[in-house]
Amino acid sequence: MDWLTNTIGTSIGKKLLMAITGLCFCGFLVVHLIGNLTIYGGKDFFNAYVDHLHSYGPLINVAELVLLTLAAIHVLTGTILFFGNLNARPERYVVNKSAGGRTIGSSTMPYTGFLMLLFIIFHLFNFHFADHENQTVFEIVANAFAQRGYVFIYIVAMIIVAIHVSHGLWSAFQTIGASHPKYTPLIEGVGIAFSVIIGIGFGFIPIFIFTI
Amino acid sequence: MTTAKTINLELKVWRQKGPKDRGKLEIYDAKEISTDMSFLEMLDVVNEQLTLEGKDPIAFDHDCREGICGMCGTVVNGRAHGPEKGTTLCQLHMRHFSDGDTIVIEPWRARAFKVIKDLAVDRSAFDTLIQAGGYVSVNAGGAQDANCIPIPQEVAEKAMDAAACIGCGACVAACPNASAMLFVSAKVSQLALLPQGKPEAAQRALSMVRTMDELGFGNCTNETECEAECPKEISITNIARLNREFFKAGFFSSVE
Repeated sequence: MDWLTNTIGTSIGKKLLMAITGLCFCGFLVVHLIGNLTIYGGKDFFNAYVDHLHSYGPLINVAELVLLTLAAIHVLTGTILFFGNLNARPERYVVNKSAGGRTIGSSTMPYTGFLMLLFIIFHLFNFHFADHENQTVFEIVANAFAQRGYVFIYIVAMIIVAIHVSHGLWSAFQTIGASHPKYTPLIEGVGIAFSVIIGIGFGFIPIFIFTI
Repeated sequence: MTTAKTINLELKVWRQKGPKDRGKLEIYDAKEISTDMSFLEMLDVVNEQLTLEGKDPIAFDHDCREGICGMCGTVVNGRAHGPEKGTTLCQLHMRHFSDGDTIVIEPWRARAFKVIKDLAVDRSAFDTLIQAGGYVSVNAGGAQDANCIPIPQEVAEKAMDAAACIGCGACVAACPNASAMLFVSAKVSQLALLPQGKPEAAQRALSMVRTMDELGFGNCTNETECEAECPKEISITNIARLNREFFKAGFFSSVE
């Protein structure tokens, strides 16, 4: 199995791990967003969705474990790549100027990624590990987003997610090697559109809950 | 672009006595610089003045001064080979600067590229990478008929575009991560696209990527700064091709 570790262990191999896990998270974001949008259907509709989701029982636990594994791979590999890149240029330039290639997304990937990790931990303690015995999930959400601070944190977090994804989606395709004159412009466009949809889709939920 | 005949500039040049020296920016005046001069000719004028003053002239790399050898290159105001697109430093003319400009001149910076002196950088890591690429098999015996291996024009053009790489190192210098992916991808692509390079393609991809990592280059994060700075405008589609070649070799070929 040396061939496998020798391949995955290279810079391109590590980037492949980032790309595949990243694309999985994009898929997760879609499912998560579709689920969250049921909140616009009202309290009962949303709670019914939650109950339906929980009725899958062990499947949910498996999905959670898969997500946790993907997160561990993405965070650890990303950290290794980040420090490797810092190490590749021990002496920095006095003057730094972009030639026009970098975007807000591409130049902030490690930082937005780290902030997202902090947010996800906060988010899990906030909702996932909250008291589910004495209150419905809708109540947990409604209580949280009745406070301005929470609304603010979640909106900022969603902007950060959108920035991360705006580079991440296209970048993942490029890393996998999926570059084609006919499809790459489309993938780049979809990446931007996807990040906007994710940002607005998730970001408006706290505002909606705050205003009702 | 300035229309003035001559301009006066303030240069802030990286001076470093040797690889172990810490180095620092020093300020020089470049007076009465003709706007028809190339950037290197401007440095020549400054060096003549420094020599007359009994000072050590600024060391910088250069050779053909025609934009084809890949020897010259410094970071000018934070841009590899200066602000013009698709241009080597020797082909950058002083008319692109204005009277009174301050120009900061720094060497390529990467762990794999050590400063030898001032702006001169050791890029032998690229030679090591080329060696890691190995050879292409060429049939001995009588010469083949021309065009007996059909290659679509489009593919030949892509291979030629990749082969335009002059190995100057601007991609590494411009990359926020000091990655050599554009260089390696150009070298892998020019051979992987053509039938002549196919027999050794898997070995070449694996060997060059592993050597690239060992030499201390960074990891590509698709910032695309390399493509924007490359004086030969090598496309990052080559990087995607390198990734494909590497995965094919690593996961699906029998090469270890």
